[in-house]
Formats: sequence, structure tokens, C-alpha cells
Amino acid sequence: MLGQEQVRRLFAEALGRSRAEQTEVVLLSWDGALTRFANNTMHQNVAEHEAQVLVRVALGKRVGSAITNRLDPEALERAAAQAEAAARATPEVPDFPGFPEPQTPEPVLAFDEAVAAASPQWRAQQVEALLRVAREEGAVAAGALSTGVHEVAVANSKGVFCYHAGTRVVFSTVAHSDGASGYAERADWRLEVSDVVTLGRSAVERAKRARNPREIPPGTYPVVLEPYAVQDVVGWMASAGAGALAVQEGRSWMNGRVGTRLLSELVTVWDDGRDPDGIPVPFDFEGVPKHRVVIVDRGVPRGPVYDTQTAAKEGKSSTGHALPRAWPEAAAAGPLPAHVFMEPGTATLEELVGRVERGLYVTRFWYTRLVHPRDCVVTGMTRDGVFWIEGGEVAYPVRNLRFTQGYVQALASVEGVGVDTYLLGDRFGAYRVPALRVAEFTFTGATEF
Amino acid sequence: MDELVARVLNAAQLAGAAYADVRVVETVRQAVVVRNGAVQGVNWTEDAGFGVRVVADGAWGFASSYRLDLEEAARVAQLAVQIARASALAKREDVDLGPPVVQRGSYRTPVDVDPFQVSLEAKVELLLRADEEMRRVRGVTTTEGELVFIRQRKTFASTEGSLLTQEIVESGCGIQATAVRDGEVQQRSYPNSVGRHQQTRGWEFVVEQDLVGNAPRVAEEAVALLSADPCPEEVTTLILGGSQVALQVHESCGHAIELDRVFGAEAGFAGTSFLTPDKLGNFRYGSEVVNITADATVPGGLGTFGWDDEGVPAQRVDIVREGLFVGYLTDRETARRLWKLLGPSPYVTGESNGTSRASGWNRIPMIRMTNVNLLPGTWKLEDLIADTDRGVFMDTNRSWSIDDRRLNFQFGCEIAWEIRNGKRTRMLRNPIYTGITPEFWRSCDAVCDATHWVVWGTPNCGKGEPMQVAHTGHGAAPARFRNVRVFGKG
Repeated sequence: MLGQEQVRRLFAEALGRSRAEQTEVVLLSWDGALTRFANNTMHQNVAEHEAQVLVRVALGKRVGSAITNRLDPEALERAAAQAEAAARATPEVPDFPGFPEPQTPEPVLAFDEAVAAASPQWRAQQVEALLRVAREEGAVAAGALSTGVHEVAVANSKGVFCYHAGTRVVFSTVAHSDGASGYAERADWRLEVSDVVTLGRSAVERAKRARNPREIPPGTYPVVLEPYAVQDVVGWMASAGAGALAVQEGRSWMNGRVGTRLLSELVTVWDDGRDPDGIPVPFDFEGVPKHRVVIVDRGVPRGPVYDTQTAAKEGKSSTGHALPRAWPEAAAAGPLPAHVFMEPGTATLEELVGRVERGLYVTRFWYTRLVHPRDCVVTGMTRDGVFWIEGGEVAYPVRNLRFTQGYVQALASVEGVGVDTYLLGDRFGAYRVPALRVAEFTFTGATEF
Repeated sequence: MDELVARVLNAAQLAGAAYADVRVVETVRQAVVVRNGAVQGVNWTEDAGFGVRVVADGAWGFASSYRLDLEEAARVAQLAVQIARASALAKREDVDLGPPVVQRGSYRTPVDVDPFQVSLEAKVELLLRADEEMRRVRGVTTTEGELVFIRQRKTFASTEGSLLTQEIVESGCGIQATAVRDGEVQQRSYPNSVGRHQQTRGWEFVVEQDLVGNAPRVAEEAVALLSADPCPEEVTTLILGGSQVALQVHESCGHAIELDRVFGAEAGFAGTSFLTPDKLGNFRYGSEVVNITADATVPGGLGTFGWDDEGVPAQRVDIVREGLFVGYLTDRETARRLWKLLGPSPYVTGESNGTSRASGWNRIPMIRMTNVNLLPGTWKLEDLIADTDRGVFMDTNRSWSIDDRRLNFQFGCEIAWEIRNGKRTRMLRNPIYTGITPEFWRSCDAVCDATHWVVWGTPNCGKGEPMQVAHTGHGAAPARFRNVRVFGKG
């Protein structure tokens, strides 16, 4: 971990070595480790210490960027020179609004000393305790437990400086039993919420219940989606259409639908980078404080999230959702939600199941891909436990199914929302989502397992 | 660098490692992204660090750092040993790497024109010209173009005595046009989708693709797709373009033959495989025209190198021979394990076939595809279409999904044409096909010849935790499949 003062000195060095009119510097660091297990043994156990400085310069409306993971003065000067050379070789970006003016994000606590101090031995003990459960139950467990500290900091030549250090612990496991499987996953910034053994036991129990699955034909069924599956639904809606660039280019599910009822009134989704019930980061990669943005309010789309460039195009202010603009792929993605919450309801999982006469209970989705953006049509597979519901009760396991489903239509037919939420990790943040009961979900293919 | 490598190996052995290797990796990457007539990003990235892999107390440990100094070298080596000892708390058997591998030498990607010697201005101009050609077409709403150049220098050394240096150069390029009307969104890409096509070659690769010359067609097809009929739902004959065949090989064969995956190492994330060891040498994977190799020596492939990240030399091995499943991708540990499981046979040597690769200095090497190639057949594409009474020709991937055992797949393509009476007729939009891997490959009755064969680059292959994005290659030509279920948007 570098720490705020070392980062401040590093940024002063980097900004001082740039001769451009405007310069922006972003630091991303990760000091973490991951213990991986499979076949009831630890098979990969790794540690990583990485830091990266992203430099972006503007010469008028000409913009260039460079990235280095060497933090010595010569490397920072080389990066600044490369960024300037890139800007000089580039025509003007007509809608480049300049780097943001200074704003002061309120710090948010997301650092747990216990996570930062987690040792290889601690991770091994946690994993070994889980593997003992699996062995006792005749199951075979695989998965990963990671812990670490990340730092993100942003400064620019207009006076922006912000720094955040946070911890992150992520655990996931797939337990196998006689060819069937179960799953459990959680992410958090606090150590005490990550009960590896309890989660592992739930995956083992799910795997045992999923043994000897029966075949059912593809078709349209009512479903209860566990939060793992719901993260996929909400995640595609967020990444494929809740950023301003997608809306401005007309390829979002939101286009022409903002302000009108589109989804079930039980569906409310927002992004809040400051909520400690997520994995908070108080500012984006341009140094703009993160604002709470309601994306869907009781079924009505309210609008996307913005970065500085997409906001300027509409005469608005950034909502604090910029990706690292020095990354080439960020240009195509535009701003995106990263700390997503779906409002829980009042029903327990048993109550959600209890309202289904004949339908399916789905643990999670796998390998999902966007087929068509307008209605957020996605295809993918079920995985790690699918069950037939009969008369309001989970009756028996069934074989996995392929689905091809408009997630807009799925969220329009939500009839029940779970009271409990899971916090699940994502690349830049996390999702906290409940279980859902959906009236119609279309499965288009079957498997042999 | 030699001093750092020596310090790592010494420190690891002093800390108790029975085996250690170190990779020092330095990468420079240049990318240019153009969007809607404006340069959205010109980026230069340098990245360096080292990773240390050890066996101590019979178990693996790995640690890595971006700090290339001697003090850090010793700290990271000792940390790797500490981690290995923690791993040993839950080991069931000792790591067995088989006989030592001792290799010395150097390898360099052959290039005609070093892409880093071509001016940035020339690269920007090329993309802007292609972008302008696309935007001339009425109805296009978004245009994109991308160039990527990578130079990676690697040093590998092990306590067994290997010392290797390699310089790998990659060049990639792509353009894409999107048209939107009345809620319909259509796109066309060239030479491939998901950003770009890429090879281990120099600037000459980009020149050969002729982005500017292809730009008008790409844009016109994107607009034409808005008015095209949806792909009808039917069971029919399917002809796939070469880049889609490459992806089909990647997903339904390449991942399924990773022996670590077969042994369950990826069960917690990417999944397992239907190609279990009992099928080796006796399972009919495809029809007799299906011949697949893993070939790290083919020129231009993204999986082409001198040695893998365990120091095992690049090689070509058979995976599917005349439809029969005959080989896996292996590393030192899994090759040994397979040999212990099955004993020696024409398909089991006990030695790695050189596919252990790490995505960077901060990642552990694992089995990754090299260039998994469908070997060319005998057909010309025109003859293949002429030989087809009724069917659909699909090209360029748009979406891909496959289950965690690599059996049930569904792929969408950007574009299709109906085939009637041996002729390519009306254009079809949102085409999708689905199937079960061995049934699909057994239904393959024709593969086009070497004149259609391209080593496609897949620079976005994900596997492992922490995630590793590998660059893999797939030689492929258009191919025909019978009795395939196709449909429209779903």
C-alpha cells in the first residue's frame, strides 16, 4: 500500500513533469492475494502487488494518454511525454469539455484492518475448514477466497486531488455432489460478514439437493431467481443501457422510454458509490464525487449515469461515473454504474416460491451474452442448481436449460421481490440485489446435465 | 535483469523451495481508438514486473510485484515460499512436475515492419480515413476503429537450469459501423468483431487488412441489415464464415481440451469439460473431415512463441484426427497426472505439450490455448454454396454463450444470407444458431481449403481467478454443417 502522502508526492512529480495545458493523473493500486481450491485441495495460491499511473493530457481539445506501472520520476516523465506526443498526433475532439474543476468528495469508510492483514495462513485455515465440511458431506468443493487493499486516487492540473483506500474480500465456491452442483458467493469490504464455512455449507447442501435432475422441456415458465441470477439481469441492464453514451447513441433499452412505465412497479434500481452497504468509492476516475442516481423508480426509467464528456453534451453535470478514460476501451463504454442497488421487497425466498404453482427455481446464470440491446435480450445457461416448483414448493431438481430472454420483459413481469439481499462483487464496485419472482421467463434449449 | 533473476532463485531456494521459476515481463502497448470521426483515445502503456512460482513442502506458491529491485526480489521469493507452505496445509498429494525441463535460447516474432516504428500520425490517419468512408454511408449512426500494437519481452529462468528470452510482437486492427432505426440496432465489423483481428506480425498485417477499402461495404451492410428479414426459425444446412468457425473451435473444442479444466481445476469458475480422460482415443468428436491441431509454431498466430511459461518448447500436436478425439492441451503437472491415470499410450506421453501460459507477470501460468486450428479441407467457398440446395450462410460473431461443460452452445452472428438452389440470396438479420458440441461437429461435411484459411486472433480469452485474459489463435476456413437449428432474435 502506498498511502495518501506518497500518492500526493507522486502526483506532484507527475503533474510537474507535464508541459501540457491540462494534465490528469490517476493512480490504481492493488496489494492482494487469492487462495484457490478445487478437488477439495488448494491448488493455486497467489499474491500480487501492482500499481499503475494513468496520465491524460490535453493540448486545447487534443487529448492523449499514457499508462505506466513504473513509479520512478523518469518513468513518470516518459509517460507524460508519450501522452503529449499522442495528443499532438491527434485531431481535436470537438466535444471534449476539459478536465473537471475541483470538487471535494466526502471520504467514506471502506477499509477494514482485518482484511488488510489477512495472511496466507488465515486464508488457508478458512478454506481448509470449508473443505472439511465438503469432505464430511461427500462433496467436492472448488472456488476462491481473495483479500486485499485497493487504492484509487485522482489529481489534475486544475487542483483536483482525491484519494481513497479500501479493502475487499471476495469468496465464491461451487460444490459438486454426484454430478450435481451448488453455489455460494459474497463480496464485502468487511471481514466479519464473510462466513466462508456457512456459505460453503449452503453450496454443499444445494449440490446434494440438485442430484439426479429430471428433464423438463424448454418453454416459458414462472421463475424464482436467486440474487446470483438477479445480479446478471440487473448487471446487463446497467452495463448495456444505463450509461449516458449508450443512450446518446440510441442503443439503450432506455431510449424513448424515460419517464414512462416500462418495468414492474416493484423494480427500483439505483447507483450509490457512497453507501457502506456496498463496496463504496466516493469519487469516479475523473475525481468527480459520486452522486446517488436513481436509474429505475418503481418501474419507470429515470435516466442514465454521466461522466464529464457525456454530461457536457447535454448541458448537465457529471454524476461521477467516469471509467478510467486513459483506457482505450473506456471510450466505447462511456460512463457506467458501478455501485448498484436493487430495492428489496418483503418476501422471504420461501414466500416467493410459495406463490408459484408450477415453475422453476434458478440459482444462477452462466456465460450470458447480449443478443440484442433494445430489450436487453440475453442468452445464457442455468448453472449450479435448477429446481422444479410444484404447488408452491421446491419439488425436485431439473437439468440445466439455455434461455434467451429480454431482460426488459423479465423485469416487467416481476411479481415478487425478496427481503434479503446479497452483496456480490463486480469489476469496479459491487451489486446488492434481492431474489425475484418473475411471471414469465423463456428457456430455449436443454442440456444433458 | 540477470541479477534480479538470480536473486529470486537464490532467495526462493534459501527459503526452502524445492523448485522455483521466475518470469520478468516487460510490455509496451499502443492503442488508437477512433469513434464517429474523432480520436477518442491514443494510449501508450508500459508495464513491467516479475512473478515467482515455487514448490515448497510439496505445494505451489506464487507471488509477484511491479517493483524491479533486488530487495523486492528477495521479499517476493520468500512470500511465494510462505504461500506454498500455507497451500501445503490442505494438500492431498505432492506436486509432480515429471522430469526436469532444461532449455536455453531466445525467440523473436518475425516482423516485416516494426509497428512501433510507424508514426502515430500515420496510424491516426488510417483510422480516420476508414471512419470517414463508413460515415459517408447514409443511415450509419456510430462508427468505430481501433489499432493495437504490443511488444512483450520475457525472461524465464528456473532452478532446473532453464534460461530463456523472448520478444513477442502483436498487431491488431478493426472497424465497426452501427446503424439504429426504430429500435433496431445493427452492426457490421471488419475483419472481425469484438474490436479487432490480431496476429503476431508487424505493421504489414494492418496494411493487408485494407480497412479503408472495406469500410464502405461494412457500413452499407450495417444499414441494409435494418431492412433485412429476420432469420427464420428452422433446422437447416448452415455454412459459417471463417472467423465464426474460429470462435466455434475456440469455445467448443479449445476450452474443452484444457487438461487442468478436465481435472477440475476450473470447477469453481470457468467450469469443467465433457471430454473426460476415458474418451481419449476412442470418442468421435466430429466427422471425418474434422482435423484439429494445437500448433504454437504456425506463423502469425496469437498462440505462437518459442517456449511456454514453463520453458517447454512450442510444438504442434493433434487434438482431433479424422473426427477422433486424440489429444489434450497439457502442462507439466497435468501431463504427468494423465500419464499416471491412463499409462503410456499413443495419446499419452507424460510430457507437457507446451501450453502453459500466463497473461502477465502478476499471474500464474495455466493451460491456455495456443493456436487451436481446424485444418483446411478441399472446398472453395463458391463451390460449397453452389453445392447447397437450401440453407443459411452466417458470418462474423455477435454473441457467444456455452455451458460450463462446453456442450450446449448458442452463437449469434452479425449477418446471414439465405441459400436457395446453390445461390446466396436475401440478407437476413439477427441470425442465431444453437447445438450440442459433438452432434454439431459430427454434422460437419465440408471445410474450405487453404486459400480460405486464416489464423484468426482471439485477444480476449478469459480463464482463471484472478482473471487472466489470454491471446489465442485459431486457423479456420468456412465450413458446412447439416441439420442445425437456426433462428432470429429470440
